[in-house]
Amino acid sequence: MSAKISYADVEVGTELPAQTFPVTRATLVQYAGASGDFNPIHWNEKFAVEVGLPDVIAHGMFTMAEAIRVVTDWTGDPAAVVEYGVRFTKPVVVPNDGKGAEIEVSAKVAAKLDDNRVRVDLLAMSAGQKVLGMSRAVVQLV
Amino acid sequence: MALDQSFVGRTYPPTDPYEVGREKIREFAEAVGDANPVYRDTEAAKAYGHSDVIAPPTFVFAITFKAAGQVIEDPQLGLDYSRVVHGDQKFAYTRPVRAGDRLTVTSTIEAIKSMAGNDILDIRGEVHDEAGEHVVTAWTKLVARAADGE
Repeated sequence: MSAKISYADVEVGTELPAQTFPVTRATLVQYAGASGDFNPIHWNEKFAVEVGLPDVIAHGMFTMAEAIRVVTDWTGDPAAVVEYGVRFTKPVVVPNDGKGAEIEVSAKVAAKLDDNRVRVDLLAMSAGQKVLGMSRAVVQLV
Repeated sequence: MALDQSFVGRTYPPTDPYEVGREKIREFAEAVGDANPVYRDTEAAKAYGHSDVIAPPTFVFAITFKAAGQVIEDPQLGLDYSRVVHGDQKFAYTRPVRAGDRLTVTSTIEAIKSMAGNDILDIRGEVHDEAGEHVVTAWTKLVARAADGE
């Protein structure tokens, strides 16, 4: 359960390396199969529009899975994540244009806690909109 | 119609065990584009002190959400799932999920609120392994939007 980042080396405000994650319709089909979530709003444009969405949207859980990679790539060991929570504020709209969408994730240390743990606050943006709110993880450092 | 507050605190029976397969973990890691070897390579996982490959942090949602189906589809509760959106999601881990785990989920309704015609349902899923040890708790907030004309 060890992480490669030392508690002593981080301060409140320390930024984790930001990443941008591409998402296309093909990504969503693959995620649907892997996760078992076959809700048609994630692959059927006609259905999505009929229920009032602008277009097909990414699974919220896909966005949640991508955002935490900024933390797990930083620690090396994903088991360093001891808590992780998000609020789904806006959908990631994925057009069928061959390019799809991007999810831009940045993160910083928001608090140093007891037992070599830190709270990391994440920011996930897509098309200029914040797609996750209250997005934070408690991370065990060494 | 607002959901019945008397369901708050109701706990549903534990699910049958879900066996976590290493190929399912690999499939999930590939679907989210995550190349971390700890999800694929037993030796890489052992280097971090894990007994086998582990699953990405959000992998367990597929298991807890399926278990939450007991609540969502409870005819006595009467949630209109066609109007439900996922509001919040949170996990607290005692240890990571790993290949070979046989996991059961016990779902509890933590809260029911009604706001501006929307029903808000908080479900807690406690995930235990075959030895009865706690692995992870998942909290899922579902929002059933007000029906048209209400």
